[in-house]
Amino acid sequence: MVIEARETETRVIRLTVNGRFHELAAGETAGAVAPADTLAHTLRETLGLTGTKIGCDQGSCGSCTVLLDGKPVLSCMTLTVECDGCEVVTIEGLEDAQTGSLHPLQQFFIEHTAFQCGFCTPGILMSAKALLDREPSPGEDAVKQALSGHYCRCISHYEVVQAVLKAAKMDESHD
Amino acid sequence: MKAMTEQYRYIGKETPRKDARDIVTGRARYIDDIKLPGMLFVRVLRSPHAHADVTRIDAARAKELPGVRAVLTHKDVPDWAWGIPKHMKVLDSKVRYVGDAVALVAADTPEIAEAALDLIEVDYEPLPAVYDVEESTEAESPPIYSQYPKNTYPSDPPVYEPKLLNGLRMGDVDKGFAEADFIAEGTCGYEIFPNPLPPEPPGVIAQWETPDCLTVHTPSQAIGFVRFIGIPFIGMAEMRAVSTQCGGSYGTKNANMTLVGYAALLARATGRPVKIYYTKEEHFHSYSLRLGSRVHAKIGMKRDGTLTAVSGQWLVNTGSGSESGPFQIAVGCGELQLVLRCANWGLDTKLVCTNRSPSGIVRGYGGQELESSILPVVSLAMEKAGLDPVEFFKKNFVKAGDGYYWREGNWWTYRGIDFSKAIDKGSEAFGWKDKWRGWGRPASVNGTRRRGVGVGVHSNADVGEDASEAQVRLTPDGRAIVHCCVSESGPGQRSSLCKMAAEVMKLPLEKVYMSPPDTQVNPFEFGLMGSRGTYAVGSAVIAAAEDARKKLLQTAAPVFKAAPEHLDTEGGVVYQIGRPEKRIPWHRITGLTRTITGEGRFDPDYSLCNFLMTFVEVEVDTETGAAELVHVVNATDCGRIISPMTLEGQLHGALGAAGLDTALFEETILDEKTGRMLNGNMVDYKWRTFSDLPEFANVILETPAPSHRFGAVGVGEIATSPGPSAVLMAVYNAIGTRIMDYPLTSDKILKALGRK
Repeated sequence: MVIEARETETRVIRLTVNGRFHELAAGETAGAVAPADTLAHTLRETLGLTGTKIGCDQGSCGSCTVLLDGKPVLSCMTLTVECDGCEVVTIEGLEDAQTGSLHPLQQFFIEHTAFQCGFCTPGILMSAKALLDREPSPGEDAVKQALSGHYCRCISHYEVVQAVLKAAKMDESHD
Repeated sequence: MKAMTEQYRYIGKETPRKDARDIVTGRARYIDDIKLPGMLFVRVLRSPHAHADVTRIDAARAKELPGVRAVLTHKDVPDWAWGIPKHMKVLDSKVRYVGDAVALVAADTPEIAEAALDLIEVDYEPLPAVYDVEESTEAESPPIYSQYPKNTYPSDPPVYEPKLLNGLRMGDVDKGFAEADFIAEGTCGYEIFPNPLPPEPPGVIAQWETPDCLTVHTPSQAIGFVRFIGIPFIGMAEMRAVSTQCGGSYGTKNANMTLVGYAALLARATGRPVKIYYTKEEHFHSYSLRLGSRVHAKIGMKRDGTLTAVSGQWLVNTGSGSESGPFQIAVGCGELQLVLRCANWGLDTKLVCTNRSPSGIVRGYGGQELESSILPVVSLAMEKAGLDPVEFFKKNFVKAGDGYYWREGNWWTYRGIDFSKAIDKGSEAFGWKDKWRGWGRPASVNGTRRRGVGVGVHSNADVGEDASEAQVRLTPDGRAIVHCCVSESGPGQRSSLCKMAAEVMKLPLEKVYMSPPDTQVNPFEFGLMGSRGTYAVGSAVIAAAEDARKKLLQTAAPVFKAAPEHLDTEGGVVYQIGRPEKRIPWHRITGLTRTITGEGRFDPDYSLCNFLMTFVEVEVDTETGAAELVHVVNATDCGRIISPMTLEGQLHGALGAAGLDTALFEETILDEKTGRMLNGNMVDYKWRTFSDLPEFANVILETPAPSHRFGAVGVGEIATSPGPSAVLMAVYNAIGTRIMDYPLTSDKILKALGRK
């Protein structure tokens, strides 16, 4: 009985994504989470959360960054089967779920036009959120350090750094 | 200048980009976010050889794999070809670079398609490969394309551009050299084949709506151009091109037909929508690289910096295929005249293929390649004459009344603004006069760290390139819809065009919309190429809005019993000038069921250009050979700023997209034994991170340009171009030894210093 229960458990991956609980079948059947499926793949293809972008799919560009139990991870280098019981926040979960109002980071990214093509923006926003969550008043160097794994080819770095610093300041004034 | 801007509601003001909320919430739809019912996925079997004949290919086993819907080899495809000249086939019985396509598979999932590749049997007969531009023209081995002996593309112009510029020949070069006080000769190569590498890999979805109509979803920045060249490519069937949000292009996603060909033929073979989306590895090995450029040049100069003659040869290496080589040569030759005023020219060009990965359209489009190669040779003459390069460029940059040949072979006279003030302001902001100590002399020395300064310049008359059409549709509820076939590839152009229409119509910006970027619902518009968005496309939109306004006021005239020229409109109402109390909303003038449509068109005008000067300070550590960019100032005069932060971002773009950093660390490295690119991934291919940002300022002047009613010209495209030659100059000044090729890696610098 005990063994059977454990087997049932391992056949299901439980993920909370942006506050919503999902129970996903695991295995090789169509629609199930395959052992080789990355979290990026599951978010985009299984859950339809296409806001998370896959740039290189090799863990080098940062586009696919999401928060896994509050920490920024490269979702293209994370296997979904390893995320059982975890809480994931993606770009779709950055707005206030109740009011729909934007996170200060999002507001200041808009105000500073801190993007050009916008492909790297979701990943950068998630890393910036993780930074502000652990360090509410980062200095410029801390912001650059936190974002150093993000590839932005249009070169919106200068606007991004300013937007993150402004968002941090605004959070401060609310405290 | 400020007072002029303040009369506008939106022009020059900071307004959020229309797609800003979608971008920061993840709702913006890029090509990989689009799923069509029944859509199949593609994988491509690629060549391990740089040059080989395919002697046998058997796809039978792959076709039998469950979930595989079609496999195509060179035996199964029609004779479609593209490129300039037309030479790149969808598949061929020959492969021309490591990573060239050999077979295509469409399957229910990407994994099945991938698995099928292993089941395709191919035999190759390897052929000798060539990578160097001059060796390629002298090779005794079979040519890469049998129709191009000595691997040299024909220099005949295409039928639709019969006078295409393919060199600069004017005046009397011998006389020019005889008049020179100084003559310098040299060779410089900008042959690093960097990858502009947008974060989003290339992709296309194709679906045949009927046997005679193909719909293509593409992140192209120029869907009008996709349709324009796409229709002849697919055998004259209709092509509807729809653009998705574009995750970076920098030119490379203009109208690359390779992916269109794969997807279109697989869609035809399967009767299903087919998506091809490159992996990053394919993006590195099998997509558009910047052209290779080598210049042998001789420069004649007078003591005062007057150029008396420029002669030489420009060798252009397209790799295995030329997406638009002849046009890049034409634009490069045009641009060179804008920065080097000279009466006597003898510059020949040669377009050559090699067994490297193919080249393509890239920001800088020929001009960056040419200037990065020839300006270092011009520097040799400046040094002989003891001239400050800033003063030299100020003297020789195009001025009103100067003439030049442009791309299409016609002579144009410049009628725009003088950029001397921008040069002065940029020089001041950078502190050039303090830092410039003469040629080969560092600005400062601190132990093993030596700093040098350099300057580069670029200009493009493509601000008024090609034709644009637009319509502005006024709806009775007080809204305006701009119908113009413009994609959003990063420069915020769709939002800036809305601002222009809103300004003309005096409507709140939120009441002005752009039509979806779709060739089927919009009039002709060439696309966001070069810096044409502001002047060329903007002019068409402004004209359409003005026409709509005129028609509205004509319709309103009988209602007011007044002449149309005595009426005005604002915020969706019409009123009589001087009598603002009587305000009649549009719907009471037009009725609820009538549309007013204005039309606008822009025809090419190459009599204006943009301008960018880039000042750089580079620190070289003579112990390690490391060169670090510490300070950048861009100086421009764009006539009038449309969207300030957007423009700042575009100019910061100088560092990215195979731009300035190609002088420092960007390059694709080839193993010439195997023809294989050694750093085709994002770890080994070096790119600038958030931790490596130099101090960076943009000096942007606003001297109204004689373009359209807002007096603006675009400048974004050229941001990448002046940087490389500026860095080369700065490193020379830092270390006192000239290096005449790129990039300036530490091993090259140590070698120049005699330490290796």
